[in-house]
Amino acid sequence: MKFSFARLFAVLAKEFIQMRRDRITFGMMIGLPIAQLLLFGYIINSDARHLPTLIELNDSGPLVRSIISGMQISEYFDIQGTAAGVDSGEQALRDGSASFVVVFPRDFERDIVRGLKPTLLVTADASDPSAVGGAVGALNGIVSRAMAEIFSGPLARLAPSPPPFEVAVHKLYNPEGSTSTNIVPGLLAIILSMTLVMMTAVAIVKETERGTMEMLIATPVRPLEVMLGKIVPYVFVGYVQTVVFLLAGLTLFGVPFEGSWWAFFVGFNLFIVVNLALGFLISAAARSQMQAMQLSMFTILPSVLLSGFLFPFAAMPGWAQIIGSAVPATHFLRVVRTVMLKGGDIGDVAGEMWALVAILIVISVVAMLRYRQTLD
Amino acid sequence: MTDAPVIDVRGLTKRFGDKTVVDHFDIAVPRGAIYGFLGPNGSGKTTTIRMICGLLTPDEGEGTCLGFDVRRDAARIKERVGYMTQKFSYYEDLSIRENLDFVARMYRLDRRRQRVDAALDDLGLADRQKQLAGSLSGGWKQRLALAACLLHEPDLLLLDEPTAGVDPKARRDFWDEIRRLSARGVTVLVSTHYMDEAIQCDFITYIAYGRKLIDGPSAEIPAMVGLVTYRVSGPDISKLEAELQKEDGVEQVARFGAVLHVSGTDRARLESVVERYRARGTHEWAEKKSELEEAFIYLMAGARDNFARDAA
Repeated sequence: MKFSFARLFAVLAKEFIQMRRDRITFGMMIGLPIAQLLLFGYIINSDARHLPTLIELNDSGPLVRSIISGMQISEYFDIQGTAAGVDSGEQALRDGSASFVVVFPRDFERDIVRGLKPTLLVTADASDPSAVGGAVGALNGIVSRAMAEIFSGPLARLAPSPPPFEVAVHKLYNPEGSTSTNIVPGLLAIILSMTLVMMTAVAIVKETERGTMEMLIATPVRPLEVMLGKIVPYVFVGYVQTVVFLLAGLTLFGVPFEGSWWAFFVGFNLFIVVNLALGFLISAAARSQMQAMQLSMFTILPSVLLSGFLFPFAAMPGWAQIIGSAVPATHFLRVVRTVMLKGGDIGDVAGEMWALVAILIVISVVAMLRYRQTLD
Repeated sequence: MTDAPVIDVRGLTKRFGDKTVVDHFDIAVPRGAIYGFLGPNGSGKTTTIRMICGLLTPDEGEGTCLGFDVRRDAARIKERVGYMTQKFSYYEDLSIRENLDFVARMYRLDRRRQRVDAALDDLGLADRQKQLAGSLSGGWKQRLALAACLLHEPDLLLLDEPTAGVDPKARRDFWDEIRRLSARGVTVLVSTHYMDEAIQCDFITYIAYGRKLIDGPSAEIPAMVGLVTYRVSGPDISKLEAELQKEDGVEQVARFGAVLHVSGTDRARLESVVERYRARGTHEWAEKKSELEEAFIYLMAGARDNFARDAA
């Protein structure tokens, strides 16, 4: 018995009809990427601005006023008012009405002029370190700029001597440090692995669970025809999602696309195939749609947490990096960021591509071993 | 060719883990016969049917189905067999027409449109062809399933409890159709729980724990079971029924309307009980020929006992 394209197309056509009728799933395919893109793109911003701040003023000279206005101009701090003492400042931090309390000590200016190095006490609500990190970093610059302004002209001799060197930070690839530029390309990896793994896994298990698989294998259809017929539609889904994603990413978020389209194309096709193989493996192991869903979630979590999507890969402990390296999303994420943001071409991402190929081979071998050709 | 059995398998065995589901099963089904496949749940009927049509590979045993080897030629067998699964196994989210069309494409049938149209007309569903299969009632689903597995005009029909959950009228119509097919030379192997279906069969084989216990033409089955049966009628039959069930030597009391059929395999012991009750003079006792009905009930009840013993 030979492979029949007619039968393959019959399975394909059936799968598309079912996909069209299942409104919720269909909506998920298109709606999920858009919803995630908007959520992650607009809402998540690790460079938090406009943090509520209280000032405890024990001195009120021109330098203090200059520092305060510098803080306001920086946009990091939203000065809400003054705190009437240590207690009220602490209370505000505890109930969340302030993220910062800045205490200007008594005789702050006089001590500076005398060269006594007074302490400017900044109390921060560091329960969310990433929220306050940017603001704390900005504060040093604000203070020294304010001092330079005040101690100019005849007062210049009062200015603290500048440090003997200057650090020039040159932000490459994402000069504005915009979070969405980093998150949005990474999101493609998450969206594709989420929907494709789950849908492939569920689509195949569904046939077993509803008993239609028994009818199918009682006909002369070959297993390969069924498998291809069931998987290929989701390749199209992956394409549609990628197009939706690229359109939104490039227009709404102004994410650049600097590198080679060819490298991107090869990378995302490879990644789609890896995900389908993973979904196929899950469907071979799962007994019910519920199990397939749960197993899919199991693969999605590492994709989000260990791939470098949300947290920098280099900051993870060694063992987590090893696990993360086995996650396909890790490598695709690097491909997408390298190509879109850094202008990489296929040579720059070859290592990641080979890693994906290696993962694909392992998954396929395991899936083939697990796959039951008959009902045995 | 006409004389060779359509199904001829010997020593068919299937194990799942350490459990032997089918144990050295033999069967020879002649062409055009309706062969009834009886046995309790979990006795291995479905597994046997799946092995015959190539869905499962037997662990042991060999044989042919439609002249093809059940081990090597599963693909050829599938082309000539119509298999109707126990559970409705077509797509509930496809329309009636789409389901039939899909099946026709799986068999790569020519004149697909005409065949599907004809099947829809036969079913009487031509005007509802766009309705989703999932919205059909149990009886209609069963008719759709039968139509779908007849599309490729199979020589052998394997029906696995085809009328479970179907109302009696639909069941009668279904069996009329089966007999028409059989008359045309289609061989039918049907597994069932129902007595009214069992008595429609030309041959019956009874299986429990994967072992064949009885096999033969329907007419000979009562003799093979070896039941002696008395027919009892008279007043207050329910009370009598309860009393008789406790008697030693009475293995089965089956109620048919206002009469009881009292059966046992040991004639002497049964007759001693009958003599005692006859002496009371309250009821009329008459020996009758054991029919398939009594044999069927006896077989089904015996299997339950086996289960209990097995569990203990």
